[in-house]
Amino acid sequence: MSDNNHNNQSKKFATKVIHFGGEIDKQTGASSVPLYQASTFHHFSLEDLPDYDYTRSGNPTRQMLEDYIATLEDGIRGFAFASGMAAISSAFMLLSSGDHVIVTEDVYGGTYRLLTSILNRMNIETTFVDMTQFEQVKGALKANTKAVFMETPSNPTLKITDIGQITDWAKDHNLLTMVDNTFMTPYHQRPIELGVDIVLHSATKFLGGHSDVVAGLAVVATDELGTKMKQIQNGLGNILGVHDSWLLMRGMKTLQARMEHSEKGAIRLAEWLSNHPKIKKVYYPGLENHPGKEIHEKQSRGYGAVVSFDVESGTEAKGLLSRVKIPLVAVSLGAVESILSYPAMMSHAAMPREVRLERGITDGTLRYSVGLEDIEDIIQDLEQALY
Amino acid sequence: MRIESRLAQIGSQADPKTGAVNYPIYHATAFRHPKLGESTGFDYARTKSPTRTILEDAIAELESGDAGFACSSGMAALQTIFALFSQGDHLIVSLDLYGGTYRLLEQTMSRFGVISSYVDTNDIEEMEKLITPNTKAILIETPTNPLMMVTDLEKVSRWAKTKNLLTIVDNTLLSPYFQRPIELGADIIIHSASKYLGGHNDVIAGLIVTKGEELSEKMFELHNSIGAILGPQDCWLLMRGMKTLALRMERHQENATKIAEYLLEHPMVDEVFYPALPSHPGHEVQNKQSSGNTGIFSFKMKDARTIEPILRHIKIIAFAESLGGVESLMTYPSVQTHADIPKEIREKVGVDDRLLRYSVGIEHVEDLITDLSQAFEKARIELEGR
Repeated sequence: MSDNNHNNQSKKFATKVIHFGGEIDKQTGASSVPLYQASTFHHFSLEDLPDYDYTRSGNPTRQMLEDYIATLEDGIRGFAFASGMAAISSAFMLLSSGDHVIVTEDVYGGTYRLLTSILNRMNIETTFVDMTQFEQVKGALKANTKAVFMETPSNPTLKITDIGQITDWAKDHNLLTMVDNTFMTPYHQRPIELGVDIVLHSATKFLGGHSDVVAGLAVVATDELGTKMKQIQNGLGNILGVHDSWLLMRGMKTLQARMEHSEKGAIRLAEWLSNHPKIKKVYYPGLENHPGKEIHEKQSRGYGAVVSFDVESGTEAKGLLSRVKIPLVAVSLGAVESILSYPAMMSHAAMPREVRLERGITDGTLRYSVGLEDIEDIIQDLEQALY
Repeated sequence: MRIESRLAQIGSQADPKTGAVNYPIYHATAFRHPKLGESTGFDYARTKSPTRTILEDAIAELESGDAGFACSSGMAALQTIFALFSQGDHLIVSLDLYGGTYRLLEQTMSRFGVISSYVDTNDIEEMEKLITPNTKAILIETPTNPLMMVTDLEKVSRWAKTKNLLTIVDNTLLSPYFQRPIELGADIIIHSASKYLGGHNDVIAGLIVTKGEELSEKMFELHNSIGAILGPQDCWLLMRGMKTLALRMERHQENATKIAEYLLEHPMVDEVFYPALPSHPGHEVQNKQSSGNTGIFSFKMKDARTIEPILRHIKIIAFAESLGGVESLMTYPSVQTHADIPKEIREKVGVDDRLLRYSVGIEHVEDLITDLSQAFEKARIELEGR
């Protein structure tokens, strides 16, 4: 980590998210990190090699972002990638041919596709399990198991995995633990504090927060993993560009403010949906009847801004999507604008229908990512769309 | 239209709504669906994004291919291509290879069971010996970096077809302005677009071009699944650079040829490796398959001890990695770009501690020669004074 990352572990999150070490440019005092749009760096001498030599290997703007996320996640070292999938595929590149990995069954569709259409050909074996069932996780262990991949709350049914329990068990078996922390962000949930080795983000979502940058981040818990991850990031070259690194940092400064606001709306929306006669089921970890609520509260400081619900059938879902006026009907989530997604045809389209249904993602399941609009407007809009 | 015109007009007629002569930068990550099951052609920016599409279509067309893919670096482009292969597959690869490609093959792909053999890709007899039932592709750099070995693309891709191998060509050093390997039979082109295509040492990017529908579809899947895409700002910067590619390549070539000729005559220089020189073994093939020469070449000093003072005394020429920019850069391959290749392999091809690589910029050629000449002279005096 660069010297910009001064020790600020003791600060509260709201302060850390602003004063992360890069809020002031050391050279000029500028109130925002400059964009070093340079691909290469002059070597002033052969003996004294510079900190940065080539932007794929390291860039001052990207470094600031990497230090920023490491600070927020209380990790050792951060890495910025071209997309969430680039970050996730890099983490899996730590494995080798013949290795086996245990993965949460309702994992993001893109991660599922990576494991079942590319990494399988490289002889990386995957067992998908319901991670809310600890027995299933234990039962999946094989002699060649090397890693456990968690996503909690999961997407889109917000199932809760007990991070600490699985991590403790994984450590006993020398397994690498990875958590996709996209939905909670380090504001709510910091898996490294629970013993996890690698935290991954689609930073396109809540961290960026403005639907204007595609990015991925990884944070590791040890120096050893940091060295390995650095080799992979530099070797594969799937880095985040300079401009996007800067935009992401700009978004991250308002993470807490945005999350707090959206979450209030999400709680209200989840309650309203629970009482609506046309809604068959609501998924939100803040609801009293949500399975795993207690575990979630133990490991996370909040519930997030994504609410999923089941309107019974594909026809109902499609009707609702054609009638809503406020949310963007689109893939993605975690933005200032509300986004309503239809997992069956969007984020989970890569998953075969029978597998999808098995995982509880029905044809009537919709996912609402609550933005910064007024929640009463959002509810009114849904009310008219649900007639 | 001729290539100069097509380059100058990349994206300039692609925005009918406003008529803007430069295509806008679409930063959006998500795209509203007009109706369920309907799409504007854009859903999620990792999969497809408007600004990136303009760049991808442009490079596909310039390289005479069917589809283009923009990646976050040249290495990311290679990584995406290598995902075509599976455990047990075997590749034949240029012996004199970019260090990053070697590292990717030996440190990462090997762990996933993809095995590579390194060979002079002009030597078909030798390649025949290496071929196994699992051999899937041949990866060619021509000219190679840094020793500028030239492979006959037509001959080798014809041979590769008879063996059912994909021919992958790294076209970074010549760019489609001088060389279009797909027209000579190649299946996949890869670029470190950070170099001549971008041309300003200000953007890291990689490009892939594929020929054929099936290969293009496969690559689309891999590009989207692995997600090592290029961001919109960088796509735009890259297109901005590409508009002047023709002008820059002409000047790079002109300057490089004059400086190579100067060095050839210099008493402190042992050898100059540049295909534009009639003495270069690949000169004829190069002239047959390319309409010009790259702006980089390598040269060997007689005495390795002169390298350190030369790098210290050059004033206009920057001592830095990378190549292909408007500004001149000098690289010391054995400690920089090729440091990851084991010493015995490096020295087998001739990348030793006497070798320097010079990426000639578009400055005035007399200033560049004066800079070299004064640095050489100071190095000579320092050595004599020891």
